[in-house]
Amino acid sequence: MIKTRRLANPYYRVLMRNIVIIIISVSFIPLILVSSTIYYQFRTSYREKVYAHLRDLVQYHTYNIDSFLGEKLGDIRFLADSFGYDRLSNESFLQGKLAALQKDYGPVFVDLGVVNADGEQIAYAGPFKLDKAHYSDAEWFQQAMQRQYFISDVFLGLRGLPHFIVAVKTNRDGHTWILRSTIDFVAFNTLVESIRLGETGFAIILNKEGKLQTTPISKPSLDTIPAKSIYTEFLENPARSGDKIRIAVKSDSSDDKTIFVASFLKNGDWLLVYQQHFADAFADLNKTFTITTIMMLLGPLCIIIMAITLSKIIVNRIAQIDEEKQLMNAKVVETGKLATVGELAAGVAHEINNPVAIMVEEAGWMGDLLEEEEIQNSKNLAEFRRAIGQIQDQGRRCKEITQKLLSFARKTDGKVQDIEINEVLEELVALSAQRAKYALVKIQTHFQQNLPQLKLSLSELQQVFLNLINNALDAMETRGGSLTIESRLEKDLIVVEVTDTGMGIPEANLNRIFDPFFTTKPVGKGTGLGLSICYGIIDKMGGKIEVRSRAGQGTIFTVHLPVPVEETGASA
Amino acid sequence: MTTPFVMLVDDEAPFLETMTKRLEKRKLNVKTALNGQSALEALEKNPSIDVIILDVKMPGMDGIETLRKIKAGYPLAEVIMLTAHATVESAIEGMKLGAFDYLMKPCDMDQLMSKVQDATRKKRDHEEKIRVAKVKEALTKYGM
Repeated sequence: MIKTRRLANPYYRVLMRNIVIIIISVSFIPLILVSSTIYYQFRTSYREKVYAHLRDLVQYHTYNIDSFLGEKLGDIRFLADSFGYDRLSNESFLQGKLAALQKDYGPVFVDLGVVNADGEQIAYAGPFKLDKAHYSDAEWFQQAMQRQYFISDVFLGLRGLPHFIVAVKTNRDGHTWILRSTIDFVAFNTLVESIRLGETGFAIILNKEGKLQTTPISKPSLDTIPAKSIYTEFLENPARSGDKIRIAVKSDSSDDKTIFVASFLKNGDWLLVYQQHFADAFADLNKTFTITTIMMLLGPLCIIIMAITLSKIIVNRIAQIDEEKQLMNAKVVETGKLATVGELAAGVAHEINNPVAIMVEEAGWMGDLLEEEEIQNSKNLAEFRRAIGQIQDQGRRCKEITQKLLSFARKTDGKVQDIEINEVLEELVALSAQRAKYALVKIQTHFQQNLPQLKLSLSELQQVFLNLINNALDAMETRGGSLTIESRLEKDLIVVEVTDTGMGIPEANLNRIFDPFFTTKPVGKGTGLGLSICYGIIDKMGGKIEVRSRAGQGTIFTVHLPVPVEETGASA
Repeated sequence: MTTPFVMLVDDEAPFLETMTKRLEKRKLNVKTALNGQSALEALEKNPSIDVIILDVKMPGMDGIETLRKIKAGYPLAEVIMLTAHATVESAIEGMKLGAFDYLMKPCDMDQLMSKVQDATRKKRDHEEKIRVAKVKEALTKYGM
């Protein structure tokens, strides 16, 4: 409750906010800088690594596919070169060669065919009934006729199945013919299909028109690619000089980023495109990022909690210290006030004392003269006597006031001696008994026995308690009541409580009653110095005097007196 | 007992005036001095002064200093100190220096009178003893 009250003060709120801000910024700035630098560096190098890996992969497969194609072409060329048109035109020979090829390479070579310059198939070996097929209109044939070697794009052909053709044109003895072989699409496709990475990485091959040459995993059949896609971009901008492999990152409609790695193969006829979702390619990086993010969130959370807790503690402590300092200041001011007033009072007392003495003496002289005979007969003699007596009485009152002022101002007085507090109180009670009787006050005492001895000035202590008792009696003068004096030990303090059932002190006066010259008694009755003197004495003794009061119910004065250290040590 | 011969020492002229009147009315032989210095001078002229009523707080030579000098020069003269406030210290100091008693100002005339009487009696007793001693000494001297 105290804490919230303290922190409700805007000054402390601002202070706490500043501390929190400082702690957080001092902790956050390096944290953020270091983490983001490391993350950035890591991401850059990781990305480079991934790209390099993909580049290698694509390059490797480009070579792989190129060499596959080259190999198949080489086989066919070898056949064409070694055996010549005549022998190869023999279908059974051709069958034999196909069988040999299939034996060596598996079912890669689907069939073999010899086609003459007019596009007629002279001989055929293979599973399909393609004898005498006419290819003069087929695109591959027209292309093949223009070159020495030709590998066609994948097409459905006469059979309606995806395949491509490897053709070797031989021009010997004035005789132009073509040895062609159908390459099994499945076997070729496997080559490309095997390029798989992660969960989304796959490769496809496109021809120059953008037609798929392989079956991509996600797209089941041969298809042209969507216009404006990345593929066309690759195709329309053929490899720049020296840049055989190109990498691009594109986001599609659903905002998923995809990495494309492309490389031309088959002398630029085909394009191998490897693609993988960005997130998949950088899965490890993303995992790191997630972990970092969690740490970046948890760390600051801890810092914030710590900053708030710590600054709360610090600010509370500061508030506490400030409070103590304020109390100290108030005390210093109070003490200073008392001291100043004390010096002033002492000066005033000295100055006033002499004139008062003279006045009293003059009055005494007048009193002396009254005894002379001629005045003895005056009818106003009694009045003269009364007036002179009054002057003397009032002079004596002045003397009392100055005496009190002087004793209040006196810095050091009274010899320190061993004191049994209960004995002192007992004596004072006895002293006040007569007055109490007239005031109809019953005095009760509750003394704790065997209290440690005090080392204080007896006369000062008597002055304090006599003052408190007299005040209590004054408070109950008209109505009577009971006065309770209690002594007890609390830790290293002897506590004496003087409780009356008098009229009490109004709350407005409570914090002024120790001020010098503050009095509620009628003029002439009190000097307003009694409690002030008590305060000064108890303060000098290193003790404390407190007051609690409720108007109409009574007042409790509590005096705390320090037990000498060696005393407590001996009794312990 | 003959009339006590009293000297009042105080820096306040009106106080001296009134006190003189009052003491004279009580059949005392009174002399006054306004400060310590003139008090010593007066003592020189009137060595028969019995009691000196001395204010402690005076400008120039203060009461304690004056007391010291009086006691040095006239050990038999008795001194009653008048203090504005009865501090234990000044009282003890005064007593140590040989003051007869001290009283607080403004003082009660009866009290002062009785103290003056006591002091005078004491001084006279001392003088008597000394006189007797001197007589005895003289008698011894002349072999009587």
